[in-house]
Amino acid sequence: MLSIKNLHAGIEGKEILRGINLEIRPGEVHAIMGPNGSGKSTLSSVIAGNETYEIFEGEITLDGKNILDLSPDERAHKGIFLSFQYPIEIPGVTTTNFIKTAINAKRKAQGLEDLPAKDMLKMIREKAELLKMDRKFLSRSLNEGFSGGEKKRNEIFQMAMLEPKLAILDETDSGLDIDALKVVANGVNKLRNKDNATIVITHYQRLLDYIIPDYVHVLHNGKIIKSGGKELAHELEAKGYDWLK
Amino acid sequence: MELKDKLLASFMAFENKGNIDLDSDVHDLRIKAIENFEKLGFPTKKNEEWKYTSLNPILKYDYSVFPSLDNNVELKDIKKYFLHEIESYRIVFVDGVYSSFLSDTTHEEADVCILSAALKKPKYKMIIDHYFDKITSKNDSLSSLNTAFSKEGAFINIPKNTILEKPIQVLFFSTGSEKELMLNPRNLIIVGENSHVQIYERHQNLNKNKILTNCVTEIFAHKRAIVNYYKVQNDKNNASIIDHTYIQQKEGSIASVNTFTFGGKLTRNNINVYHEGEHITTNLNGITIIEGKQHVDNHTIINHKHENCESHELYKGIYDDSASGVFNGKVIVDKKAQKTNAFQQNDNILVGDKASINAKPQLEIFADDVKCSHGCTIGQIDKNAIFYMQSRGIPIKEAKALLLFAFGNEVINKVKIPALKSRIFKLIAEKLKVDMGFEI
Repeated sequence: MLSIKNLHAGIEGKEILRGINLEIRPGEVHAIMGPNGSGKSTLSSVIAGNETYEIFEGEITLDGKNILDLSPDERAHKGIFLSFQYPIEIPGVTTTNFIKTAINAKRKAQGLEDLPAKDMLKMIREKAELLKMDRKFLSRSLNEGFSGGEKKRNEIFQMAMLEPKLAILDETDSGLDIDALKVVANGVNKLRNKDNATIVITHYQRLLDYIIPDYVHVLHNGKIIKSGGKELAHELEAKGYDWLK
Repeated sequence: MELKDKLLASFMAFENKGNIDLDSDVHDLRIKAIENFEKLGFPTKKNEEWKYTSLNPILKYDYSVFPSLDNNVELKDIKKYFLHEIESYRIVFVDGVYSSFLSDTTHEEADVCILSAALKKPKYKMIIDHYFDKITSKNDSLSSLNTAFSKEGAFINIPKNTILEKPIQVLFFSTGSEKELMLNPRNLIIVGENSHVQIYERHQNLNKNKILTNCVTEIFAHKRAIVNYYKVQNDKNNASIIDHTYIQQKEGSIASVNTFTFGGKLTRNNINVYHEGEHITTNLNGITIIEGKQHVDNHTIINHKHENCESHELYKGIYDDSASGVFNGKVIVDKKAQKTNAFQQNDNILVGDKASINAKPQLEIFADDVKCSHGCTIGQIDKNAIFYMQSRGIPIKEAKALLLFAFGNEVINKVKIPALKSRIFKLIAEKLKVDMGFEI
C-alpha cells in the first residue's frame, strides 16, 4: 500500500531523514519508535505532505503511485490521514462544521455530491459514540480550550469519520490518561480492517499494549536501525534505546 | 475647476432648483454649512484625522451634484441587494431621488418615510427644528458639505413605546447614467423612549460611472431605546463612500452599529457617539474584507460623559493584495463619567504581501474609577492551521476561507436579523471566492 524508498528529507536544507525504507501492506499495523529528535514527526509530516519540509531524495508511493507531488489535501483524498501530535485550535469553527467541510471536500474530489445532512448527523452520532465523546464537544470550536486528551480523542473521531486507507497516529498517547488511552485505542482497533493500515508513532511502548503492532521499527538519527515484531517494543521498554545505537 | 469651487458654485443653483423651502431654519443651516465647507475645504493628509486616508484619488473627478432624473431602474435589477425574503419597510433612492415605486413606507406605527417630505410638511417642523443637524460636527467639512446639499434621505421617526418588528431597509442606488456623480444623502432617525428599531443601510452603484457618496446619518436614541443599525458596504471599485454617523443616546438606551465592508474603492466610516445620560450601552462592530487597492478607514469616537455607561468596540479586518486599512478608535471619558466600562479591540489579518493596516487606539480618560481597555493585533494566516485542515482533505483555498471566516465569526454573530446574517455569510464566501456554506 505505502512504499517509502531511500527517503531523504529535512527542513531549511538540513537533513533529518537519511534514507528511510518502509513497506506497509493492507491490514498491517506498524509502530515507529525512537528517541526524541530521531525524525519520527518529520516522517509523519512528510508522508502527509507538509510543505515546510523538503524532499532531497527518494520516493513515496501509495498503491504504486507517486504521492510526493500531491498537496496534503490531495493525499487526504487518496486516503492518508495524520493524527497530529499537537492538534491545532481553530476558534470559530465547530468540530461538526469542520468535519462536514472535510468530508464534503473529499466527496467533491471524488466527484460525489455532498453527504445529505441526515446521513452526516447519523454518522457523527455513531462515531462520537464509538469514542465515547461528549457530544457538547462537537458544537464547540475545534480543539479550542480542549484538554490534551480531548484533542487526541477528537483526532481519532475525525479519523473515524474520514475512514482513511492509511492512518498515521503521531504520539497519540501523549496527554492521555489510561482510561482515555483505552477508549482511543479501542476506537482505532475497531476501525482496523483488512484493507486499511496504521502507522503508530510513539516514544513509549504503553500505547502498543492496546494497539498491537505487526511490526516495530526503531528510528534513530533519521534511519531505521532495527525492525522486528511486537516483542521489539518490550525489549526497548526494558533496555531503552541506547543498546541499539 | 477644482471640485471645491465647482461645489460652491453648484450650491446657488442647488438652492434655486426649488423643492427647498427658502424660509425655513434649514435654509440658514445650509448657508452656514456651505460657508463652513468653504472655510475648511476638503480634508488633506495634514489633518491628523486624515493622515492615512488621502481623498486625492477620488476628488480628481468632475462630479455633478445634479443627477439625471430619468433613470430606468427596475425591481429585478436591484432585488438582490434587498433582504427580499423577509417582511420589511423599504426606503429606496435612485441617484439621490426617492423611488416610491420601489419603496414600502408607512406612517402607521411610526413614520418611515423621506426627509424631503419632512422638511416640507408643517407637521414635522418642530421635529426638524429640534433634531436636524443638531449633533453633526461643525469641525467636519464633509458633514457641512452634506448639510449644504442635503435634501433627501430616510426620515424615521418612531414614537415612544413602539417595537418595530419589521426591519427598515434604507437603500441608495446610483446609476450615474450621465457622468460622475456626487451624492449627499441625509438620514434622520429618532427613536422614542422604550422603542426598538432595526435598520439595514446599503449604497450600491449599478453602473460603470464614478460615484462619490458623502452620507450623513443622525440618530437620536431616547431613554431605553434600542437601535440596531447595520451597514453593508460592498460597492463596486468605481464607487467611494464617506459615511458619517452621529448618535446621541439618552439614559438606558442601547445603540449598536455593525459595519460590514467588503468592497468599494475608498470607504471612510466616521461614527461619533454622544452619551446624554446614565446606563447607556454603545456597541460598535465591524468586519472589513477587502482586496486589490481598496481602502477602508474606520474612525470612531465615543464620548462618555455620564456615570455607569459602557461601550464595546470590536473591529476585524482582512486585507488581501495591496489593500489598506485604518482603524482609529477614540474613547473620551469625561471626569464626571465614573464607573465607565469601555472596551475596544481591533484584530487584523494581512493576507496580501503588500496589504497594510494603520491602527490607532486613543483613550482619553479623565475619570479615575473606570475600566477601559484596548487591544490591537495584526497577524498572518497560520500555516500550521492550514496544513492541519489540508491534512483532513480541505483544499488550501477553502482552508484559508474557513480560517478567515472563523476570524470574523464573532462579529457576524452579533447580527440579529437572520436573513441578513445569511446574506453576510454569502457575501463573505463570495469575497473569499469559495463555494461553501459557513452556516451550521
